[in-house]
Amino acid sequence: MHSFSSNLRRRAILTITVLVLLTVASLLFAGMTGSVSVALSEIPSAVIELLRGQPSSMAATLLNLRLERALTAFVTGASLSLAGVMMQALLRNPLADPYVLGISSGASVGALAALLFMCAAWMVDAAAFAGAVAVSMMLYLLARRDLRSGTAAEGGASLLLLTGVILSAACMAIVTLMLSIAPESRLRSMVFWMIGDLSGAPVRWLPWVVLAGGAAFALRSARSMNVMALHAESAATLGVRVGALRKGLFFVSGLLTASSVTSAGSIGFVGLIVPHACRFAVGPDHRVLIPSAALAGGAYLMLADTLARTVIAPLQLPVGVITALIGAPVFLYQLHRLRG
Amino acid sequence: MIHTEQLSLHMGQRVLVRDLNWRVEGGQCWSIIGRNGAGKSTLLRTLAGLRQPDGGYVSIQGRALSDWPLAELARQRAFLAQSRSDAFAYSVIETVLSARHPYHGNRYWEGSDDHAIAMNTLESMEVANLAQRDVRTLSGGERQRVAIAAMLAQDTPLLLLDEPANALDLAHQVSVMSLLARLCREQNKTAVMVGHDLTLAHSVSTHALLLMGDGRWLAGLTAGTMQAPVLSEYLGHPIEVIEHGARRIFIPKEISA
Repeated sequence: MHSFSSNLRRRAILTITVLVLLTVASLLFAGMTGSVSVALSEIPSAVIELLRGQPSSMAATLLNLRLERALTAFVTGASLSLAGVMMQALLRNPLADPYVLGISSGASVGALAALLFMCAAWMVDAAAFAGAVAVSMMLYLLARRDLRSGTAAEGGASLLLLTGVILSAACMAIVTLMLSIAPESRLRSMVFWMIGDLSGAPVRWLPWVVLAGGAAFALRSARSMNVMALHAESAATLGVRVGALRKGLFFVSGLLTASSVTSAGSIGFVGLIVPHACRFAVGPDHRVLIPSAALAGGAYLMLADTLARTVIAPLQLPVGVITALIGAPVFLYQLHRLRG
Repeated sequence: MIHTEQLSLHMGQRVLVRDLNWRVEGGQCWSIIGRNGAGKSTLLRTLAGLRQPDGGYVSIQGRALSDWPLAELARQRAFLAQSRSDAFAYSVIETVLSARHPYHGNRYWEGSDDHAIAMNTLESMEVANLAQRDVRTLSGGERQRVAIAAMLAQDTPLLLLDEPANALDLAHQVSVMSLLARLCREQNKTAVMVGHDLTLAHSVSTHALLLMGDGRWLAGLTAGTMQAPVLSEYLGHPIEVIEHGARRIFIPKEISA
């Protein structure tokens, strides 16, 4: 009987190892696939060239471009998936996603306003981030009571949820307004931003810092998240500082969402179906779920993006289309199998 | 063990409890009795530290609740909520292991001793065979026994229970309640519980706290407080007491139309 806990640990290590391998495989696949494919035998020498910092051969140049984009896809997918896990724990609802509270709608308002006024690319990003932060702040002020008092009565989470849904609706109305008055020439870039697109996404280190910080916070709080997911408000009687944890989850998941939306637009479904699928595969224990969901989310978006840029090449699809087209049926299938 | 000083509880404009001076010692088993909305659950939540008192204070081991670090307090008292909602597919054993949280400090995984304790409490609640089941698939009574097992796994000297016999079948009502009484008697634990079955409450409790719901209260040994006239007044319905051997049976009088 005493082997139960070591069994649990062994299973966790196995799961994480498999997912790390899967992530590396996805990265390789993304590097090899494209209009000109790179053979597996060319990869080692190309990687060595890249590491030396002087890609000269064709393979190395292609790999360089593709890996940069794949890594951006990874950090975006991992952030969204992690944000989804945290949001679901915060709202105690496995069907919540990082966009449910309207943080991405806020980012859309900012980004589309910047696109409408033909601002530079960095200003679009800054405006998106500012929009996400503004909505988070408003949400925090309006639902502060709910977040702070871990001791709210049953159904306490609904104040936060309802406020978020309403704010999101208000933002979407502004977005629609901007889309309807925007000149034809700018419409395409605005729509692509809304669907979520990685093609123009620059390589940046900030999303990695946010992801690392978010993952560290999530892993540290994993045990408390389990207690809160199980016991709701009564988690306080088990020594969990419910108010502080909820505030932390709110801010960190908001930051992760804002960071990924800023670099790639609002890519849908990753934050919803990846945590859901992981919970189905490895169970709801956050100590395993958090690293699993982050890795799987990253790998999923890398694969989806590879598909997005190859499926009707030379045309590129926005990756948000692929994630939604795959995500919606997979999610419905899971839902019906669980309920059935 | 736990005592209240000038404790007042309000709900909106209503005063539920006024100036409650109450002392619960180790080894005692208290039942809180009163009508619906008399403030029983509110009082229990206040004792658990889930709600701030509207006046006065609660102290455990002579130390005010607000002065206890949360994790240390979690090793002193456990709380069984009246109802629970399960959003995620945790297994029964994970549910019970989560109650060992206060003993873990910064460890990431639980140890094998935690698992042994969890299995023991599941066995004492006769639900060990459900250990791997998804909690969302349990019946109401099974879920309640798992919740009580989790509470016992928390291994605290003080147990606060909001309707522990809820949803339990007759046999389990009796076995759970007598287990609680035995824990108080033999392990010097302290139990404070809310319940509606007077006969059951009388058979396991040493003391009773009666709440009127308008601020009035009465606390003392069951021999003094659980008398027909007092209970009739506090519950707003005439009650008859029948002595049956060593037991007392409480029956609501029928009101002829």
